[in-house]
Amino acid sequence: MTYLDHAATTPILPEVAAAVTAEQRHLGNPSSPHAAGRQARRRVEESRERLAAALRADPFEVIFTAGGTEADNLAVKGIYWARRSADPHRNRILASPVEHHAVLDTVRWLADHQGARADWLPVDAVGRVAPDALRAALVADPGSVALVTVMWANNEIGTVQPVTELAAIAREYGVPFHTDAVQAVGALPVDFAASGTDALSLSGHKLGGPLGCGALLLRREVACTPVLHGGGQERDIRSGTLNAPALVGLAVAVERAVAAQPASAVRLSALRDRLVAGVRTRVPEAVLNGDPVHRLPGNAHLTFPGCAGDALLLLLDAAGIECSTGAACATGVVRPSHVLLAVGADDRTARSALRFSLGWSSTEADVAAVCEIIGPAVQRARKAGAADGPPG
Amino acid sequence: MSGGVDSAVAAARAVDAGLDVVGVHLALSTGPGGAGGAAGGRGRHGCCTPEDARDARRAADALGIPFYVWDLAERFAAEVVDDFVAEYAAGRTPNPCLRCNERIKFAAVLDRALALGFDAVVTGHHARLAGGVLRRSADPAKDQSYVLAVLRPEQLAHAMFPLGDSTKAEVRAEAARRGLAVATKPDSHDICFIADGDTRAFLAGRLGERPGDIVDAETGEVVGGHDGSFGFTVGQRRGLRIGRPAADGRPRYVLDIAPVGNTITVGPGELLAVTEVVGVRPVWTAGAPPAERFDCVVQLRAHGLVSPAAVEVGVGGVVARLREPQRGVAAGQAIVLYAGDVVLGSATIEGTGR
Repeated sequence: MTYLDHAATTPILPEVAAAVTAEQRHLGNPSSPHAAGRQARRRVEESRERLAAALRADPFEVIFTAGGTEADNLAVKGIYWARRSADPHRNRILASPVEHHAVLDTVRWLADHQGARADWLPVDAVGRVAPDALRAALVADPGSVALVTVMWANNEIGTVQPVTELAAIAREYGVPFHTDAVQAVGALPVDFAASGTDALSLSGHKLGGPLGCGALLLRREVACTPVLHGGGQERDIRSGTLNAPALVGLAVAVERAVAAQPASAVRLSALRDRLVAGVRTRVPEAVLNGDPVHRLPGNAHLTFPGCAGDALLLLLDAAGIECSTGAACATGVVRPSHVLLAVGADDRTARSALRFSLGWSSTEADVAAVCEIIGPAVQRARKAGAADGPPG
Repeated sequence: MSGGVDSAVAAARAVDAGLDVVGVHLALSTGPGGAGGAAGGRGRHGCCTPEDARDARRAADALGIPFYVWDLAERFAAEVVDDFVAEYAAGRTPNPCLRCNERIKFAAVLDRALALGFDAVVTGHHARLAGGVLRRSADPAKDQSYVLAVLRPEQLAHAMFPLGDSTKAEVRAEAARRGLAVATKPDSHDICFIADGDTRAFLAGRLGERPGDIVDAETGEVVGGHDGSFGFTVGQRRGLRIGRPAADGRPRYVLDIAPVGNTITVGPGELLAVTEVVGVRPVWTAGAPPAERFDCVVQLRAHGLVSPAAVEVGVGGVVARLREPQRGVAAGQAIVLYAGDVVLGSATIEGTGR
């Protein structure tokens, strides 16, 4: 099997699996005051400190969640609600149109049901938000903006945003800045303190950690209304019994991924470049999407003109190569990528893309496997694409 | 794989036959409730709901085959739904399942499958196919050869119907034996793209209300009104909303639909009986008609209206003289020609004569 879908989920690191398994044998609700609870709490708090240290955050700034989607929902809804209730005039949300659905749909929902006004920041042909564009959106009436949310790195096309510059501009105008860093942590250097961002989402299973855990890093001074109400375990901003085994695993995974990041970025970007070059040797028409320079090391997102992405995926799947076409609806229908549409692709092009995403387990053999099959697969998918054409 | 029991068992039999099988579920609806819609489908019955997609996926899992959802919503809308609406608007009564087989399952899906390197489309239709000869199912009550008779030889050459020799009861029993969760799932009867089964409301939504008269065939009198001639089919008795009973007290039926004058003509049942059927755009399963003139059995609706007939093949069509008069023959339906249980071909009913 050739697994090239690390942006969807990564294989769990062996030492993470060991840490999770060990913790699962321990009894105790971290919120209980007795000995078992205190011990569980201690392990959770140690994990919080380790995670915070790895990302240069204060432990108090770490709000554990059940994953990246929850962290994004909490940041966007929570900051919007808190800021708007403090000043009803503050109802604008500035967001990039290439956000993950966890942010995109949350912003849309706030606009449709909670009186928000969604202002979509322009992006260029590689999906980057220009700092000047953010300034232009803020300058006229910064007092009306509840928050800015721009992802650190794009999950589909791999483009890395100038987050530090964008966050600095937002701060100039006194507006909180959230970034979805689910794809960035472990892949790029992420320093929460230096980034100038006010809220940062991350997810465990994208960096070798367990599923069902993540965190929102949230600066102390940023008000955030809870989405989940209950025991108030996480700073009264997030409720729910702390998932000690997952959180212990999350901290190990973040620590390992961050420690390995400089070396793995070099290794993966070289591997990724060979993958892209290998594909383009065999399929010269293939187009690399996203920013060629400011790019996730493991991301190769390619458009294959004339092919349907789902046909290519089927053929590669049959050959044991696992990659992605992007988003699918609940039923499993492949949708045209909103990211590609946002960077100017037409509907057909937006359905003709494949994403290969490399991660810690990727090897030279994976690249070779893709190069071996891609030529014939594209030929076949192109015929299928012709069959998909307008009725005739 | 629709998510129903037939396609699940058909897939299982294809797997058992040693074939390299991939399960495909078709997303056919573009509406907000359908799988192809942005909302991803909610609480809709008929086919291609997330629930059906899930049932199909679980059947594929049980069989250990890959499973994909193919989005054919645009093609389906253009070739089946628009055609359905246009046919009703023209006063005819279309059969969308037949059109779907002709244009989607054994055209769009088949073309794509062939391009991807597959050899055939396998479906759970109840019909027998061997050596290019299409025959009725072993289960007369479930026979679906009528809606497959529109397939050309080159389509049949890449089709497989593994259920043809089985009754529906046998298929269900086999599904249960194989542990397929869909074994007891009810049959679907509705038109899959009309969620609530209300065809007239669906058509009114697409065509708008167009009030017109209902006229008595014998007296020429206006006996009632309607909201659109598209809401009727020849032979229909219920839902005419005629206030006064006929003078002779006998029930009245729709005899004719005139979309141009927007008039529905009604009359007694005996005026419905036809002895001649003209079909156009014939398709011959063997590639050509068996002879210029031949005797056979014709079927004029998906269920029923069967009669022996003498058929004459002309340029671009067929004329069938029915040995037994039939009531409720509607333009737009198919006339399917059988020799015993063998399908010879089909044509689209264009007109009738008495």
